[in-house]
Amino acid sequence: MKRQKTPMVLKIKQVITIIIVGLIVIWFLTPLVLITISAFASPSDYYQIDKVIPTHFTLSQFKSLFFELEAWKAILTSIKVAVVTMLLSFVIGLPAGYALSRYIFPGKNFLKLLILATRMFPLMILAIPLLIIFMRMGVSDSIWGTSLAHTAMVLPMIILISSSILSGVSVDYEEAAMIFGLSRIQAFFKITLPLALPGLAASAIFAFIISWNEVFVATILTLTNRTLPAHILKTAMASPDYFKFTGGFIMAIPAMVFIFFVRRHLVTMWGISLK
Amino acid sequence: MISFSLREKNWIPYLLFLPVLIYLAGFIGYPLLKALQLAFSSEEGKFGLENFITLTQDSTFWKALKNTLYLLITIVPLQVILAFLLALFVNSRFKGYMTVLYIISIPLALSDVSAALMSYNIFTSHGFLNKFLMKFGFIENPIYFFGLGLSSRAFWVIVLTELWRATPLVFVILLASLQMISKDYFEAADVFGFSKWQKFFHITLPLTMPSLQSALLIRTLFAFQIFGVVWLLSGRDIPILAGEVYYQQAELNNFRLAATYGFIIALICIIISWVYITLLRTKHLEMER
Repeated sequence: MKRQKTPMVLKIKQVITIIIVGLIVIWFLTPLVLITISAFASPSDYYQIDKVIPTHFTLSQFKSLFFELEAWKAILTSIKVAVVTMLLSFVIGLPAGYALSRYIFPGKNFLKLLILATRMFPLMILAIPLLIIFMRMGVSDSIWGTSLAHTAMVLPMIILISSSILSGVSVDYEEAAMIFGLSRIQAFFKITLPLALPGLAASAIFAFIISWNEVFVATILTLTNRTLPAHILKTAMASPDYFKFTGGFIMAIPAMVFIFFVRRHLVTMWGISLK
Repeated sequence: MISFSLREKNWIPYLLFLPVLIYLAGFIGYPLLKALQLAFSSEEGKFGLENFITLTQDSTFWKALKNTLYLLITIVPLQVILAFLLALFVNSRFKGYMTVLYIISIPLALSDVSAALMSYNIFTSHGFLNKFLMKFGFIENPIYFFGLGLSSRAFWVIVLTELWRATPLVFVILLASLQMISKDYFEAADVFGFSKWQKFFHITLPLTMPSLQSALLIRTLFAFQIFGVVWLLSGRDIPILAGEVYYQQAELNNFRLAATYGFIIALICIIISWVYITLLRTKHLEMER
């Protein structure tokens, strides 16, 4: 009983869709485009008040940010922390994710609830006691301390995401492999893991990004071995504006690359991790 | 799947979970106890409410609580409404919707530090907005958004930044749940001659309600942890709860008060989650009756 739509109505609908798409694109991309421009704009253009769009571009603020302000050290620390977090959370979280996806056992719901509760809890506040604990253990102000804290933060997400990705691989394949004489562990490494690899890789980079972005815990746990966001937070107030833009741009690069690579898993991944 | 797992020894899943449990006990459970101990100990190390008394007598605490709540009340509803509209729009699957989905998703992976600096780039005195407005003669002198006594302006910049940065997070949750709605419902509705609005209120809205609610809860909980954007854009001009944790620890080296602030954030989050879960459960039961 659908009313027939006239070409005119369809045309109007199309135009409205295009306008809304245009607004969305402008709203979401403008800040990114503008910080990219500012990151490369020469400081003199920036301070020239009647110059809206800069015309001179330079890499000099990258150079001074990297070497004079020692941002390269912070970037390197950030990468190290993120990689350790990624590996650690995977080694610890993947078996649990597998258990959730493949077994039915008493207490499963409780464990799931525990993971979800951990996810909901404001873990950032643990930075204070962790600092005291790390100071006692002698790993304060180190890559290890920050990584250990970040791992605790991403672990619940990695378990939930990996369990849902592994659930996506049919048990039948694994069973078939076991019928042909593979042990369960062999079946996992030879059959399930390769099939789940794209999704798992996406969630691994997800862990990397969360650690790369995390600022609160990293700032509290470190003094000299600061990660990049901690470094920016501590020094931004005292730095000239153009360094802030360059810093913000560098912070954004991995995020943009990441989103591009995992665009197929976006909805599943964040849908799960945030629920 | 059941038969498959029953054949095996039933301690395997527990063994697989063991590393996680040990890790969480060590790096969440133990620090949590330590935090409680800090929050409830006096300067001499005795148990007491001294820290909470100090806190409630400090006007900054009340300001921080107020500002955090203001930000929450302003940002979260707007975010959820905007995200819902965006999700409905993208879910209509016009030509090229995947590209739009991709563009909306970019802020998902962006840090709050980065987002704050992007805002700063636009709203600072030499920023794009001021230069643009002056170039075209809308204003004579730059409008200052940041600095002493301008916290009400900075507040709105923070709101905009958070809307830009975190709306996609809600959007993705809602889109995921919209995509789960079976097409059969809408086809059935077509057969009965439902209008577009009827379909929305009788099918889409009720079926996305659980996701809508959980998105609301998650955003509310995260709003109590807001830190990077506020700290970078206004420093302590707009005191907030998480900012005070940082300030007490990093600037004043007062671990006990920092932990007390943290305890209050956690307490609020737990109470909100608890209220939310009980409210939903009763509703659920009523519907079943």
